[in-house]
Amino acid sequence: MSLLQVRDVSKHFGKLVAVDGVSLTVEPGELRAVIGPNGAGKTTFFNLVSGFFPPTRGSIVFDGRDITSLSEHRRVRLGMARTFQVTEIFPELTVRENLRVPVEVAAGRRLSPWLTKAADAGIRARVGELMEMGGIADKADRLVGELSHGDQRATEIMMSLALNPRLLLLDEPTAGMGDQETYNITRLIRRLHRDQKQSIVLIEHDMRVIFHLADRIMVLAEGAVLAEGTPDEIAADERVQAAYLGKAA
Amino acid sequence: MSALRQQVPNAVVWLVLLTMPYWMGAVGGYTELASRVVVLGLAAMALNFLLGFTGVLSFGHAAYFGLGAYGVGMTIKYLVPSTPLGILVGAAVGTLAAMVIGALIVKLRGVYFAMVTIAFGQVFFFIAFRWNEVTGGDDGLTGWKRQALDLGFTRVDILGSDKAFYYLVLAVFAACVAAMALLLRSPFGRTLIAIRENERRARFLGIPVEQHIWLSFVISCFFVSIAGTLYALLSNFTDPRALRWDQSGNFVIMAVLGGMRSFWGPLIGAAIFVVLQDYVSSQTENWMSVIGVFFMLVVLFFPRGVLGILRRRLAS
Repeated sequence: MSLLQVRDVSKHFGKLVAVDGVSLTVEPGELRAVIGPNGAGKTTFFNLVSGFFPPTRGSIVFDGRDITSLSEHRRVRLGMARTFQVTEIFPELTVRENLRVPVEVAAGRRLSPWLTKAADAGIRARVGELMEMGGIADKADRLVGELSHGDQRATEIMMSLALNPRLLLLDEPTAGMGDQETYNITRLIRRLHRDQKQSIVLIEHDMRVIFHLADRIMVLAEGAVLAEGTPDEIAADERVQAAYLGKAA
Repeated sequence: MSALRQQVPNAVVWLVLLTMPYWMGAVGGYTELASRVVVLGLAAMALNFLLGFTGVLSFGHAAYFGLGAYGVGMTIKYLVPSTPLGILVGAAVGTLAAMVIGALIVKLRGVYFAMVTIAFGQVFFFIAFRWNEVTGGDDGLTGWKRQALDLGFTRVDILGSDKAFYYLVLAVFAACVAAMALLLRSPFGRTLIAIRENERRARFLGIPVEQHIWLSFVISCFFVSIAGTLYALLSNFTDPRALRWDQSGNFVIMAVLGGMRSFWGPLIGAAIFVVLQDYVSSQTENWMSVIGVFFMLVVLFFPRGVLGILRRRLAS
């Protein structure tokens, strides 16, 4: 069964049609990229999938369940986690504290007024493991607001992973990053996909990132699907070149 | 070493609180003033559970403070002459009201939330003000007194001895403050701080933000209504001003004055407020304008409050 089935969703803001009849199917373990020029509706599409706002038309099925009108936190509990184009973190808390919150939520502890010693040790261990994986363990006790953009991004991705999501939605994870930082984040995403079979949908601007990572690519333009296929097919598609690659080159 | 250093402020606060009735006289105060500091300190810390640690501003906490006050007074006057039972009833009434009102307003944010809390607070004020036969109206609820505590093996005369009453207040304060401290260090407390820091992120980490804000509001109102019961017991009297919006404003001033990001800040703010009020109001009727100027100076030059300044001094 497909993990995610988005069927013909549209989003209207007044007279503006931001997303116009987009469908997308994601299989378990797949890394799917969504690309398109600025204003193509990529982030709006993500907001529909993650429950930031409801679609005007269409339906979204996650793991066989219709989630079209489900609130965002319920979607998270079903196994959908996301990051944002502009990093959303807890800037005045440390890296460790940022990660502790989702680890405790994932452990079903969000309402607990206390923890046993054993539960606390388990949570600390998981936080440590996530910091290692994200390459931010050496900054564990620094405030996240003081870290570099790349480390903040890594923290946000690890916070989403802390929820043990079945589907991870990444909105331009390398936006505004230098080459080294882009490389680090790309390597992290590749490892998650290859080693842990993490299902990922990724919005990206940086074409180099996409063509080396994605199993399949969907191209959006003016709110609608322009093309869909493997990276090679997309690279060869003339309409895509005209609408997007041509301009980028 | 750092764990030890963190305990120093706690030790200082408790040492000062435990000995206060014994030196208050020497510095020109009196035991009742000490009790006022602790009672209003509890109210300000309770408000700050919501304001400083969840990031939600309520301008109507006097409503629950006043419900606690009327709850204890009316229980002793009309039902059972028992101080502990009165405290329980007062806290229950305030908390129940908070549960209902909280459920109606948790979707609101920022200034809208604050405005609606004022509006609900004023509803309770007018009930207390108008319902003469039961509440005593504008004259307040009189004709009752706090009752001696019967502990089974001994009786504690909290009515005749100001010191005995002070230590009752301090015991209740300690229990409430310990409960709040534990909650703030728990997974639940961390979700509240997460909401304060970034509500959108909290939502997309799977936290049902409205539910958590409601819980924080109810917990905060529970503790503020306990403070309200102690406030009424302190003077064996309560009147509609205990639930008016300016009383809510005073709690906010205390929290901000002392420092709303620090646990003890609101207690310091309450102490400054109460002592200034006591001293200045003996000199002039316009004591509020003096406090107002002092408050503005602190907010303009030390936005993190009095404890914020102390902390920075200690850190450097």
